[in-house]
This record gives sequence, C-alpha cells and structure tokens, in this order.
Amino acid sequence: MLRNAWLIPLLPALSFVAILLVGKRLPRRGAELGVGAVGASFVLACVAAWQWIDRVEGATGKSEGLRAFGKGVLGGEGGEGGEHAEVAVAPVTRGFTWWQNGNVEFNVGIAIDGLTVMMLFVVTLVSFLVHVYSTSYMEGDRRFTHFYALLSLFTASMLLLVVADNTIQLLVGWELVGLCSFVLIGHWWEEKPNADAAVKAFLTTRVGDVGLMIGIIVLFFAAGTFDIQAINAQAVEGEIGHTLLVVASACLLGGIIGKSGQFPLHTWLPDAMAGPTPVSALIHAATMVVAGVYLGARLYPVFFEGFSIDGGTINVMALIGGTTIIIGAALAFVQNDIKKVLAYSTISQLGYMVMGLGVGAWVAAVFHLFTHAFFKALLFLGAGSVSHSGSHHSFDMKADMGGLRKFMPVTFWTFMIGSLALAGIIPFAGFWSKDEILATAGQNEFTFFLVVGLVGAFMTAAYMTRCVYLTFFGEYRGHGEPHESPRAITVPLIVLAGFSVLAGLVNASALEIEKFKEWVEPTVAFPALEHPEFELAGAALALAVALLGILVSYAYWFRNLGPHGITARNPLARAGYTFLENKYYLDALYENVIVGSIKGAIARASYWTNQRVIDGAVNGVATGAAQVGRFAYDVLDQKAVDGAVNGLAVSTGQTGGLLRYVQSGRVQRYALMLFASVALLSLALFVFSN
Amino acid sequence: MALNQFLILSAFLFCTGVYGVLARRNGVLVLMSVELMLNAVNINLVAFSAFVRDVGGQIFALFVITIAAAEVGVGLAIVLLIYRNLDSPDLDRVDQLKG
Repeated sequence: MLRNAWLIPLLPALSFVAILLVGKRLPRRGAELGVGAVGASFVLACVAAWQWIDRVEGATGKSEGLRAFGKGVLGGEGGEGGEHAEVAVAPVTRGFTWWQNGNVEFNVGIAIDGLTVMMLFVVTLVSFLVHVYSTSYMEGDRRFTHFYALLSLFTASMLLLVVADNTIQLLVGWELVGLCSFVLIGHWWEEKPNADAAVKAFLTTRVGDVGLMIGIIVLFFAAGTFDIQAINAQAVEGEIGHTLLVVASACLLGGIIGKSGQFPLHTWLPDAMAGPTPVSALIHAATMVVAGVYLGARLYPVFFEGFSIDGGTINVMALIGGTTIIIGAALAFVQNDIKKVLAYSTISQLGYMVMGLGVGAWVAAVFHLFTHAFFKALLFLGAGSVSHSGSHHSFDMKADMGGLRKFMPVTFWTFMIGSLALAGIIPFAGFWSKDEILATAGQNEFTFFLVVGLVGAFMTAAYMTRCVYLTFFGEYRGHGEPHESPRAITVPLIVLAGFSVLAGLVNASALEIEKFKEWVEPTVAFPALEHPEFELAGAALALAVALLGILVSYAYWFRNLGPHGITARNPLARAGYTFLENKYYLDALYENVIVGSIKGAIARASYWTNQRVIDGAVNGVATGAAQVGRFAYDVLDQKAVDGAVNGLAVSTGQTGGLLRYVQSGRVQRYALMLFASVALLSLALFVFSN
Repeated sequence: MALNQFLILSAFLFCTGVYGVLARRNGVLVLMSVELMLNAVNINLVAFSAFVRDVGGQIFALFVITIAAAEVGVGLAIVLLIYRNLDSPDLDRVDQLKG
C-alpha cells in the first residue's frame, strides 16, 4: 500500500470529476460520490499508516535480519540517547520523470514517511467526517453538487501536497488548495462580503506564496534538485552554503506566514469564516492552514540550519509564532461571532506550531498539528451545529445564542470536550501536545518563548470559557426553536470528540509513551533533535496556568465578578478594546495605506505615462529640440547657428508630425507596412543571396 | 512529383489573402482572408512534406488547422464586440490607438 499511496489523492480527484459530470443526476446529488471516495481514501490511509508502523517497528525492533530494507537501513544516525533510533527507516518513494529540460528533471512522485502517513490519516479522516456532516448541513443548498465537487477537489489537492516528493509538486498542491479555499469561501458569492472575503484570502496568501516560490527556486539553485529528500540531506550534511539556507528559509517562512495565518498576514483567516461552516472546519482549521506548518516540518533541515535553531537564540520563526500566539488569542476575546473566536484561536494555535518548529520542538509541533486538527474541527463543526439547529443560522453569540446546553446536549458535551482539549486540560489531547512544545522550549533554553507559550495557554483557556459561557449557558437569547441536530451532524461530532480525548495518549510523555515520535519523526536526512524528558513541574505549571485562565474567566462571566463595564468607564481600557476591535488596525493598514498607496501610485504613474510619454512623445521631441535650439540661440552666435538650430527644431517637429500619421491606429495600415517590409526584405534576400 | 503547381496555388491563395486583409474594411472578410493565408501555408507545408517524405510537415499543418479554429473563435468574438460597440464591422473606425 505504501508504494501505491498515490491512490489516496487520486480517488477524491476522480470523484471531483465524476460529481461535476453526473452529480446532479444522482439521487443524493453527488454527495454519495464524495463521501464514498473520501471514505475509501480514509481506509487506504489507515492501511498505509498500519503498514508504515509495521515497517518502523520491524526496523527498530530486535529482528534486524528479518526485513531487508536495502539502502534504507543505515547505521545509527543522530544520538538522541533513546533506546531505539539506531536504525534509519527511509521513506518509501515512487515516481517518474514528468518532463526534462536540459539536465533538469521534473519528477512526479510520492514519498511516504511517518509525517506523510500522519497527514494522510488526519486529512482523510477530517475530510470524511466533514463530507458526512455536510450531507445534512448543506441540505437544500442551491449549489450542493458544486460544493461536494469542490470539497473532493480540495481533499485531493491537499493529499497531493502531502504525498509530494518534490517541491514543484508540493507547490502545485499548495496553489490548488488555495484555489479551492478561494472558491469555497465565496460559496455564497451573491453576498458581496463573502466574495470580498474570498478575494482577500486568495490575495493575502498570495503575498506569502511569492516567498514560497522564491524559496523553492533558491533551494533548487542551492541544492541542484527539487527532490525534498535530497534537499534535506544536503542541508543536514552542510553541503549548502549557510547564506543560501538563510535566504531560502526566510523566503519559505513567507509562504508559511501566508498560508498558516501567521502574523502579520493572518488577517484573511477570520474573514474566511464567510464560507460554509464545514469548509471552515476542514480547510480553515484542520487541514489547509496547517499546510504551512507541514511545509516547515517537511523541509525542517533547511529551517533548522537556516535559522540556526539549535543555537538557542531568538530566531524569526519562533518570534513570528510567538507573536501570533498572543495576537490571535487577544483578538479572540473581543469577537461576538463564535466562528471568529475559533478562527482567532486557530491562528493562535498555529502560532504554537510555528513557534514549536522555531524552538526545535519538531515532534511536539507536528503532534500539536495532529491533535489540533481533531479538536478544532470538532469545535467548528459544533459551532455549525449550533447555528444549524440552535440559533437560526446566526453565528452571533451575544444576540442569538445562550442557554443552548439544555436543548442540544450532544453538541454541548462534544463542544465542551473540544474546548477542554483546546485549553490544554489533562487528559485531553491538547494538553499533551501543548505541554510538549512548552517543555521543549524550556529545555532548549528558549525561556522567552516558554513564557509566551504560558501566557498564550492562559488566554486560550480564558477565551474558550467565555465562548462556552456565551453559547451554552445563561438565558436563550435567540428567536428560533432550538433543538438537537440530526445524526449526520452529531455522529461526526462524537467521533471527533473521541479523538480529542484519546489522540493525545499516542505521545503522552508522562506515561512514557512515545509512539508518535517513533512513528512520525524522520530518521533519514534529519537533524539530531533533543527530546525533552517529562518534567512534572513544567506540566503542572502549564496545567495550572490553563486552570487559572478558566477560573478567571469563570469568575468574570459565570459569577459576574470583576470589573464589568470597565470599557465604558476607563478611557485606557476603552482604547485597548477599540484597538482590539479594530484588529490592531492591520486591515486598515493593508487596505488603505499599502494597497491604497500602490493603487494611487500606479494610477498616477499611468496617467503620467499617458500624458507625457504617449501623447507627448512626438510633441516632446519637437519642443525639446526647440528648447535646445533656443538655448543655443541665446548662448551661441545667433546669426551663424540661428538658421541651423531653427531648422533642426522645425525638422524634428515635422518628423514628429509625419511620424504621427504613421500611428494612424488603423490596423490594416500597420498590416500593410508589415507586408510591405516583409516583401522588401524577401526581395533583398533574393537579390543578395544570388 | 511536381512541386511547382502546389507552390503556385499556395502563392496565389496567399496573395489573395493578403489583399483581403489589407483592402477589405469588413472585419468578417478580413478574418476570412486570414483563413486563406493560413490555408495557403498549410498547402505549402503539406506539399513540402510530401516532397521531402517527412511526415512532420503534415503534423504541423494539423496544428495550424487547430490553432486557426481557435483564432477564428477569438477573432469573431472581437468582431462581434466591435460591431456591438460601433454598430458596424468597419475596421477603419477602430482607430482609438492613433498617435
């Protein structure tokens, strides 16, 4: 199965085509094709995961003679100090040359290793659940079939990105998911804000994509190949100059910032909530936005060497991630739209992952990606369930929700599990992964980022408590008749809740389970990373901070303690609130200052070109020459040069006037000149060659 | 096999086409003349292909036919728009680019 993993992206791609062609004529209007294809992909991904685990266990276990892995079995590389990790398990690769240009080969292929298998599992699982969920959520939508087709295309592109063995293929998948994101955000494009949000998401990520493209090109010229494994190997062995690595990793980081909603390009992600909720869950929480983190993890040696992550000094990657944690979490406090709270929370959690990569916590960051996908998809789908059956298709927590606990028990309990997992409460999934990021940050002596992470954990717990309070507690403030959602919606919620509880136990360092690390961490072409020992004090501190966050928020919202109405009384607090409400004025900066000035400058420049260059070219030559003439008239001997100068000016003007007629604007006259010159030239050729 | 007759035919067609393109004012007729020129080229290609016994020329001619179809599609759309905007297919009136 590992060698045939190309089937996994192929199935949704086929279903995309099939839904477009025949979807409308099927009894369920194409949904059955999408669910079936993605379900089949999920089964295949499970088989692939099982085989990969088998392979790793087989290689690291005692039976060294049993399986011959060919060149895959190398000697012990990297002294992690663990009990295994003496055997390197090479990724399974398969591919062919797509086309060749000179000596450069462009390949299409797959490279399957632990990271890929993990991503395949997460993407197909979440996508399958979202497909099922949408059968009910999107029922009766005017573009139902179209929605399913694009959902399938998105899944296929994301899987293509994940299995790619070279940077070009990765870029293709990367752009395809961006395209699907654009179309799905604008699914209800009849309303202008939705269409605007789609364009904004597309263009903002494109700013980062420029960096990605430059990064890939730089890496190509540095390493001489597009092959990811080869690039990583060369980066680890120091065969690429440090300067080139710095440039490449900085450019690639631009791509991560754009795609994964990192500061300062995070502004598109909250707006992307204009799309249907299943899309938000699948694309803007669980899968597409982690593509940036995946890129960072995939090309980690490049970043590791480029940013000198082992040095323990502050680097750009960790700094961006850390900033994003705080910025995103702070904004989540002032949102009234439940989906926007979750969107800012996603930004903040992605910040954890990027910071994790930046402080050398590769396993922890990828693990957080893994757990976050489940509980954030759960939270988004839960929010969708609330709006679908509880609040009359509104997402406004303050106006249309409240007290829904009584009406929607399944949604409430699963949402609670998701919130606890997000807040990092033991034993839910988020605790294990977040704690591991913090532990590694502490151990690698990134004390600053450890503190940032703790502050972020506090804020996360607090804003999720607020969100749960506003949605599920208090009095019902809406006008509909809230009821529980149908089974197609609640079953995915329950499945995801199960994963949100259990997924963390795959790598629970406190219980000395490190299966995730063994299975996922690459052993070939990968820098030797330190792995943190479990520290009770650190974990307890993280837990205490999260509990404190819940407590403070609980006191404020549930018990009505604390400075209520402070924003109305204290001007400083009001200023802070306004500042947050306006999202740090980043949107204003982008739209008015940057885009505005560029637009203005371009408009002015083209106006100037129009006036001075196109219209004025001919006249300009004449008047310029006339001015030269006048200058000479004043300075030089008037009588001697007079006539010549005037003649020059006049003749230039006349030439201009004559040339003016050549620019008649009549295409046929241009064509006449063209043919006449061709005829003359052929004649010349004929005459001179004989 | 005699090559000349094909070349003469093709040259004649081509000149007709050139004349049409240069002299006709109606955009549709200009497009038709362009077709004539393209087909003159095709005749040349096929003739030479048969003459030197290399199938490449014929394949090339097939490509030209395909491209010509696409080009006519675009061209007709342009003429249609010109007609809509100016109420006549007269190409002399399309002179907004003049200096």
